[in-house]
Amino acid sequence: MQHTLEQFFRALRAADVRVSPAEAIDASRAVTVTGFADRTLFKDALCATLAKSAEEVDRFEQVFETFFARDEVSLPPPSASPQGEPSEADMARVAESPLAQAMLSGDSTAVQQSMEEAAARAGVADIRLSTQRSRLTRRMLEEMGLEEIEAIIAGARRLPEGEGQGLADRLEGARRDLFELAQAYVARQHDLYAAGSGRELREERLIRKQINADGGVDPVDYQLMQGLVKKMAKRLAAKYSRRRRAAQRGHLDVRKTLRRSMAYGGVPFQVEWKVKKVDKPSIVAICDVSKSVAAAAQFLLTFLYSLNEVVDRMDAFAFSGRLISVNDILDDHGVEQAIFKVLQEIGFQQTDYGRALQDFSEEHLDRLDRRTTVIFLGDGRSNFADPRLDLMRQIHDRSRAVIWLNPEPESYWGQGDSVMNRYARFCHVAKQCATLEQLERIIEDVLRSYVPH
Amino acid sequence: MTLSTTAANSAAPAGPLGSVEALIAGLGGVGYIASRRIATALYMAANLQKPILVEGSAGVGKTELALSTATLLGLPLIRMQCYEGLDESKALYEWKYGKQLLYTQILKDRMGEQLADAPNMEAAMDRLHGMGDLFFSEPFLEPRPLMKALREDDGCVLLIDEVDKSDEAFEAFLLEVLSAYQVSVPELGVLKAKTPPLVFLTSNNVRDLGDALKRRCLHLHIPLPEAALEERIVASRVPGIEATLTRELVGFVQSLRTLDLRKAPSISETVDWARALVLLHADSLSADLVRDTLNVILKFEQDITAIEPQVVELLHRR
Repeated sequence: MQHTLEQFFRALRAADVRVSPAEAIDASRAVTVTGFADRTLFKDALCATLAKSAEEVDRFEQVFETFFARDEVSLPPPSASPQGEPSEADMARVAESPLAQAMLSGDSTAVQQSMEEAAARAGVADIRLSTQRSRLTRRMLEEMGLEEIEAIIAGARRLPEGEGQGLADRLEGARRDLFELAQAYVARQHDLYAAGSGRELREERLIRKQINADGGVDPVDYQLMQGLVKKMAKRLAAKYSRRRRAAQRGHLDVRKTLRRSMAYGGVPFQVEWKVKKVDKPSIVAICDVSKSVAAAAQFLLTFLYSLNEVVDRMDAFAFSGRLISVNDILDDHGVEQAIFKVLQEIGFQQTDYGRALQDFSEEHLDRLDRRTTVIFLGDGRSNFADPRLDLMRQIHDRSRAVIWLNPEPESYWGQGDSVMNRYARFCHVAKQCATLEQLERIIEDVLRSYVPH
Repeated sequence: MTLSTTAANSAAPAGPLGSVEALIAGLGGVGYIASRRIATALYMAANLQKPILVEGSAGVGKTELALSTATLLGLPLIRMQCYEGLDESKALYEWKYGKQLLYTQILKDRMGEQLADAPNMEAAMDRLHGMGDLFFSEPFLEPRPLMKALREDDGCVLLIDEVDKSDEAFEAFLLEVLSAYQVSVPELGVLKAKTPPLVFLTSNNVRDLGDALKRRCLHLHIPLPEAALEERIVASRVPGIEATLTRELVGFVQSLRTLDLRKAPSISETVDWARALVLLHADSLSADLVRDTLNVILKFEQDITAIEPQVVELLHRR
């Protein structure tokens, strides 16, 4: 039974229910108290020890039902077959193959047992990918002794007319049934152990996918990537909100303590600590939304908006020819649709970085102070217009940090109409940012630099 | 393994903690209608001596479960309400600073006398050290909920309410208490419970609790109840209510929950509403009556304005 429980934990882990060794021990202890006789009690006890949130409870129920639902192997009774009951002679011919015997006499229990054992030997529970299914089914059948049956069928066919025909047909029918059973068994194992890992693989691939690759992001992947971005943001938020709280405790504040002690006749009963005031980062994001950068801009905005817990204030601007504030659009429509709305308003203009910078300094320069981090997102291709480096310098001087994210690799900077390397002089950080992974790393840097060590 | 299981079962204590069925019956006796899952979780908690983390939206009876369990088992209930900024001195123990100060002032002269005949500074210091311990001893100790719970020799029910409202530092501090049922106090040493208390933690999911804490607890999520269960709860909580009225009002609340509301009514609202209707001597629901008393079940102005025009439709839907 312990082995079955271990397999069950594995299935749970595959379904993204976290089962630590400690919880596994608890579950085993719980099972010794409840026993296995009462299915509901057994299930509820396992659920209480293993599933630790409402979502995990749902996933637990699914896995439990799949795992402990032994779909009964039900073989048709031998009398139901067209050939009727197998004769004594037939049974004697299959004497050396226990599997054939079981199939012929309709012994479901024996077949099921043989299947479980064969599955263990073939390592079906280690299935990782859906493409392994047919191979594992085949191996499982071999382990069960399919070859013996095939040999018997072949032998029966060679017998003189009429003698072995009935047996061969019967065994062929049995072989078909067996094949279906094995297929269903492997499919269920795949659902249990590998359904989750397929998604993991996909996510891993998406994290490294070039956002601005030709043709952009596949709409099928899009939802998944949005989810990924939110997950990453949540991880960062959790990490940095914790560190910010830890930074609250400082050194002993001697002056305050002495002053407070006056009330107690000079005895320092109440100790005061110096409290460090930690600024939450305030972020200004300025995004190029021309076609080449739009997708990256969208993920950046999703990311920043999901960080609201650790970011004090966040303003977003978008430009292609002219620059506008997109805060209202983001608030009203959510990040998912915002970019399309923005494109409707200012899209299809020729990208002009100088013009956009001028718009920003005229209208929104007061938004920058020494606590502000400015994040630019763009390819720095200005169509040979004046890049207005003076304005860039001004932004650089007023803000705490200027970060430029460029979807193009560094070797392209400065080639053609790119003025990226000239802008880079006024940036504290200028980095290539073409995948979600790079994006996460850079945002983490932004957050980290605001946490005093 | 099956054999040893039956042995363990027969050795389990009789009474309400003896089996899940006995727990359901027992809790029913003190007015808490528990679903099977709730009773199982409680049964496991008592048998494995593990704390139990109860989650669910506000008003589904998380706190009530702890109160009812305490009544059922006849144990004292010690309650600790968590909030942001809660720390050890408020949860575990504190020294009675005022009393210490007062005593030092009163005993000043006595101490002076004691020290007067000390031959030199060192001897005086030694004597002073002896006195210092006096002031950090039991009479000056102010036990807070956690320490009180550990010192209950016959066991107790400890309710740590809304643990998600406390900060992470405090959560970490709880770990020692929850896994070993002991705390270390620098001045007194390690304090260990003779009988481990039955611990309930409740959470509204204001923030995600740490994995370390979750791992040490059994988890119980109380969902909003189904109609049949809710009818039984109302009948048990509001004695003297007509069966037809119970059915009607539970049906109405259940259909409210299917709508998109800012705060869907939970069990406590249903019970409050039932009480209000009984006070108004209502024996069935009418549209006017519902409109007049809607503020009992809906707690947001926009919810009320959204539902008011739909009341008649909702009443006829079932």
